[in-house]
Amino acid sequence: MITVKALMQPHRIVMMLLFAALIIWCAFSLRWDWIPQYAPLALQGLWTTIWLLVVTTVLGFLLAVPLGLAQAIGPWYLATPARVFCTIIRGTPLLLQIWLLYYGLGSLFPQFPWIRSSELWPYLRQAWPYAVLALTLSFAGYEGEVMRGAFSSVAKGQLEAAKSFGMPRFTMFRRIWLPQAVRNVLPTLGGETILQLKATPLVATITVVEIYAVSSRVRSDTFIVYEPLLLLALVYMVLAGLIALAFRRFEGV
Amino acid sequence: MTGLFETLGLGASAELLSLSSWGGNLLRGLANSLQIAVGAFGMGLVIGLFGAYGKLYGGKVTRDLLAIYTTVIRAVPELVLILILYYVGSDIINKISEAFGGGRVEISGVAAGIWVLGVVQGAYATEVLRGAIKAVPVGQIEAAKSYGMPAFMIMRRVTIPAMMGFAVPGLANLWLIATKDTALLAVVGFSELTLETRQAASSTRAYFTFFLAAGFLYLMVTLFSGAVFARIEKWARRGQPSLKGGSS
Amino acid sequence: MKIKAFLTAVSAAAMLAAGGAAAEQVKIGIAAEPYPPFASPDSAGNWVGWEIEVIEAVCAAAELDCVITPVAWDGIIPSLTGQQIDAIMASMSITEERLKTIDFSDAYYNTPAVIVADKSIDIEPTPESLAGKIIGIQASTIHQAYAQEYFKDAELKVYQTQDEANQDLFAGRIDATQADSIAMADFVNSDNGSCCEIKGAVADDPAILGRGVGAGVRKGDTELLEALNKGIAAILADGTHEKITEGYFTTSIY
Repeated sequence: MITVKALMQPHRIVMMLLFAALIIWCAFSLRWDWIPQYAPLALQGLWTTIWLLVVTTVLGFLLAVPLGLAQAIGPWYLATPARVFCTIIRGTPLLLQIWLLYYGLGSLFPQFPWIRSSELWPYLRQAWPYAVLALTLSFAGYEGEVMRGAFSSVAKGQLEAAKSFGMPRFTMFRRIWLPQAVRNVLPTLGGETILQLKATPLVATITVVEIYAVSSRVRSDTFIVYEPLLLLALVYMVLAGLIALAFRRFEGV
Repeated sequence: MTGLFETLGLGASAELLSLSSWGGNLLRGLANSLQIAVGAFGMGLVIGLFGAYGKLYGGKVTRDLLAIYTTVIRAVPELVLILILYYVGSDIINKISEAFGGGRVEISGVAAGIWVLGVVQGAYATEVLRGAIKAVPVGQIEAAKSYGMPAFMIMRRVTIPAMMGFAVPGLANLWLIATKDTALLAVVGFSELTLETRQAASSTRAYFTFFLAAGFLYLMVTLFSGAVFARIEKWARRGQPSLKGGSS
Repeated sequence: MKIKAFLTAVSAAAMLAAGGAAAEQVKIGIAAEPYPPFASPDSAGNWVGWEIEVIEAVCAAAELDCVITPVAWDGIIPSLTGQQIDAIMASMSITEERLKTIDFSDAYYNTPAVIVADKSIDIEPTPESLAGKIIGIQASTIHQAYAQEYFKDAELKVYQTQDEANQDLFAGRIDATQADSIAMADFVNSDNGSCCEIKGAVADDPAILGRGVGAGVRKGDTELLEALNKGIAAILADGTHEKITEGYFTTSIY
């Protein structure tokens, strides 16, 4: 952790002063008059970003556990599809996956009149279900690979001991295997969540209005280029910092 | 089966994907993507090498500046960085050129893509290479020093060959990230594979055909580079004790 | 060994960056996203369309050495001010808002804005009729500005390209879209637009909808502005404009 003492070295004080000067320069010489007008929209966008991040990491992680397990110990007819899924997700750009789902399925659904008249249609015509699906699958693909390693690395002796006590297979999984695997991946989970945060702006390309989309809107409405982007970068840095801090505390427990 | 194919819009795939039709566009896009990826990866390695040395042996200020660089780059989405670097980069180059009395410098799309992704790659490469250099046993470098080898020669003859084995898996990962990140340049309008695919798809409405074809191309690049990097790793680790067969 | 390879790659990159410096070429920025029938890439990768032909004709008449440079529409004005391109000829309407940032040449075409929607839905191009509907519009266009001003009771969905909005109209994800009448006439006559029809033009508001489409140039770049104005006047006078238009449309669009 950074302590006050570490910050009090002469060169760091100079750097902080320079940095403060830079901030003041930014505040006064760049244009920020658009902020009040777009603040409500930006807050909504921020909320959408956070919501997307939380929902897709949780769902993705839940999907990653069976994916990892299938690859680590599953029979071939489960292991192979799981491995193929992870390879495809990790081997192609997320942007392409998002567009395939949104435009591909989007061009498919209208061909079936019963879909358009069904009760699901009001949801299917919106963009966020596709965003959630794409981001969830992506997180599951990357994390599934991590979970595979985590499941394989749980010491065999412990499992054998549990078996010799006559523990049923599912109890063994729930009590010994899963907790240890999760503990093994925890240090990487924070990093993976930050990567997921960095993936969320891609859904702006399919009309989901999250924080990145709001900054694009400001840029295209006002032709101001740098200011919204710099503020946006700052927002993401703060979010990434909060995630890192949260996971550090979580690990400490 | 044919019914399903027709519904998915895959009916005329072979025709649409032929080289004289849109297939040629996709391959041109792939060539652009690979060119940018190779350039960005190379630039990332150079930045990474200097960055790693700076972080390990540099002065206090260098180390702090590098820490800021790697932290910021790794916390901000690539898409946002690409936009910032894209606009800032061309602004700066033009200002410098004007300051020296020169005219406006034209920046090709490929060069801009390499610059943007290279800066991003550099931050990750710095961390990978720093880890790899640290993994080189100190004794080897000290031995070289005690023979009076100059610093640059130590780097070239001892540190780099010895760290290669440790660095390759991380670098392989970076290369894959570089190939996939080129897709983000579609958002600023570079005609790389993903944008070409999108243009072909929206011109013909054969969304599944083109997105699946592009996915296949990316996957081939990934799998092929995976195989190549596995060989490189084997070569880089020659003479080192195997890490795999050891007892756990 | 490896280092050599890196150095080659980097020096190649540097050469690419420096290459082609300082020729007296005028870079005409067009939107990288297809906008048929004005500008779209064909399967050979060449840009074709009405506006592309007009660009070539204007440049020939003004004796400019033009290169067509596709730029993302969303960032086309920043690209102009940032000197990545020298002029914009991308169906950009001359509006007060844009005139604050860039200058415009004389108009080279002018078309009304229309509302397009599904044939089976009864919609009129009025704020009352569109209340509660989802309207798709392209970002950074006069249509976005217009819809934000007049269709306050409708839900607006903003797209990077008109093509995406059309696609979502076909897919039923939006109820209507507002866009340029020519592009829309082309769309509803295509297979993909068979679902839909033009419901009529929106009430005019010159302050927002502008005075036609012109070429955008950097403020103060009067030399290029005058050259382009001369070129536009020349092709209008000698019938080239009309001849190009006949190849695409049945009526005049000037």
